[in-house]
Amino acid sequence: MSHPSLLSASLALLKRDLSMTLTRGGGPLLAVGFFITLMAMIPLSLGPDSSLLSRIAPGVTWLCLALSTLLSLERLFERDYDDAVFDVLRLGPLPLELVALLKCLSQWLGTGLILSLLTPLIMIILGAEPSLALISLVAALLGSLSFALIGGIGASLALGARKGGVLMALLVLPFYVPPVIFGAGLMQAAQISASPLQALSFLAAYALFALALAPIAMGAALRSALN
Amino acid sequence: MINFLANPERFTRVTAPLRPWLVGLGLALMAWGLYLCFASPEDYQQGDTVRIMYIHVPFAYLSMALYAAIGIASFFGLIFRHALADAAAKAIAPVGAVFTVIALLTGSLWGKPMWGTWWEWDGRMTSVLVLLLFYIGYIAIHNAIEDEQRAARSAAILALVGLINLPIIKFSVEWWNTLHQGASVFRADGPTIAPAMLWPLFVMIAATHILTAWLILVRIDSEILARKYRALRARLSYN
Amino acid sequence: MPHILMVTDLSLRKGYNLLIHKLNFTLSSGEAIGLTGENGVGKTTLMRTLAGFQTPDSGAICATENDVQIESEIWWSEHVHFLGHQDALSPARTVSQELEFQAAYLGGDLGKVAPLNLKPLLDLETRYLSAGQKRRLSCARLLMAPRLLWLLDEPMAPLDSAHRALVAELMQNHLEEGGMIIAAVHDALPFATTGLRLERPAREVAGV
Repeated sequence: MSHPSLLSASLALLKRDLSMTLTRGGGPLLAVGFFITLMAMIPLSLGPDSSLLSRIAPGVTWLCLALSTLLSLERLFERDYDDAVFDVLRLGPLPLELVALLKCLSQWLGTGLILSLLTPLIMIILGAEPSLALISLVAALLGSLSFALIGGIGASLALGARKGGVLMALLVLPFYVPPVIFGAGLMQAAQISASPLQALSFLAAYALFALALAPIAMGAALRSALN
Repeated sequence: MINFLANPERFTRVTAPLRPWLVGLGLALMAWGLYLCFASPEDYQQGDTVRIMYIHVPFAYLSMALYAAIGIASFFGLIFRHALADAAAKAIAPVGAVFTVIALLTGSLWGKPMWGTWWEWDGRMTSVLVLLLFYIGYIAIHNAIEDEQRAARSAAILALVGLINLPIIKFSVEWWNTLHQGASVFRADGPTIAPAMLWPLFVMIAATHILTAWLILVRIDSEILARKYRALRARLSYN
Repeated sequence: MPHILMVTDLSLRKGYNLLIHKLNFTLSSGEAIGLTGENGVGKTTLMRTLAGFQTPDSGAICATENDVQIESEIWWSEHVHFLGHQDALSPARTVSQELEFQAAYLGGDLGKVAPLNLKPLLDLETRYLSAGQKRRLSCARLLMAPRLLWLLDEPMAPLDSAHRALVAELMQNHLEEGGMIIAAVHDALPFATTGLRLERPAREVAGV
């Protein structure tokens, strides 16, 4: 008997999930479309005052990023849960915590990464300084990773619930407070040419914290859901 | 392992005789406390509005204490699979949520005459608002997941993740506040309290806590009974 | 390679309700158990517990090889296959994608699945398969990654008679090679099995 190594099984799972993220259910297009639509609604609701828009552009873009990431996470575990694919995944070499983490990461690679690449663009369209592009990209990458991991906890908790999507948003959004604050604060600091280093390190710290906490919480929640 | 209903039943047996004492003591203290509230002197600056404090402070304490209690019960429910702990956490949550709302509302009513604003986005108030959101999420999980035990597990995980996150959220909101200089209207630690006001406050805190303990014991008991009723019904449906 | 699976005093709950009370049985290499019982008595819960998906309320599940205990992590990740009544297939993926993923994830050899005659289906998305074809496809993982214990929940249900005979033959081969099978069944399997009938626990024991 040949048993696959942790690495080769992880890669197999990552490859499968990434291809499903990119092709199924509208793929990243859905999240990108939502992101852009939200952005278009902002000037329409606030009026075209460009000085106001450029002042709030970073903060508002962050909120749009958080909501778009959240939207794409609703079905993170649900498909495999409904199809009983977890019956196979659990009998492989990977612990459930790692399975959950890999699913989060492939979701992030498939949508969060693309949304992060769009973030500087959206911010500039809304009127922020183009010089902020690089720092906003770095911040968006860290932020969307936190959003994906924390959102994964929500998705695993809401698994199998009625109206799982709304429930998930309700559970997850309060946990988005720190990355939203640090991310938007970072942009604000950069806007007034203050050092964004403090906010950036808080943002990175929260991403690491989520990376440590999320697998444990998702593993426990999935274990109870898959009984 | 001992039959799972044995423990909750023993719990009911032990706590049932306590309940009349708790409710009697609680009501007596409450009556005394309310008398003291109105007998205590007015504040030289705030006048009568200072009396809101005697309601606000006990409920603010309770909203946090009950969330901590849910966290502890969740821990035991999750790690030791203690059915009673699940029942306790579920019974506490709506009480805690209502008390958080009371704390926010009385805080807002008190804040208007004192600081001239209904709401201030400072670290403390925002954290209490987030606490309310946690309570709502916790209750929503119990309502949305049909399998009781699964609901209890998911809710327990949420409670623990929330407990870990609350200090981080509080820190981040405070950090955010320092970023937006000039926004803070008042000192976060509030005014110092005169001794004449301390006594009524102390009695009110004791009264509300004892009555809350009684309320939660009753709710745990009815949760145990409801669970037993559902188990019986499930069994009857087989035959 | 004499393997033994020993289940002692196993009690299971579904939710807070006791389903199975102090179940005992032993299974050795080359043996099969046919699990029977009314609906709702806990067959699926027992199978899922034996697959390690759910922790028992009390009791022990212990596997040995030549009287040496196999660590439970290893047991469940290397020695057990579980086939539920759902087929564990993603509807949007093709048969060959599913097979390749399972082979890479579970560690298997796709050459071994030839008896199931899946070749004509390879390019189809699994949502286009009939229930019987889906079941054949899920049986592929039993063959591609050889594992000791097969846990089969109603394995024959969606199959036609020709394929029932095929799967029965595969099960017999597995037993001859020293494997073990526990199958929840309504109709008896066409080879020698030990019967195990689950009963509802008495009211006093269930505590209601």
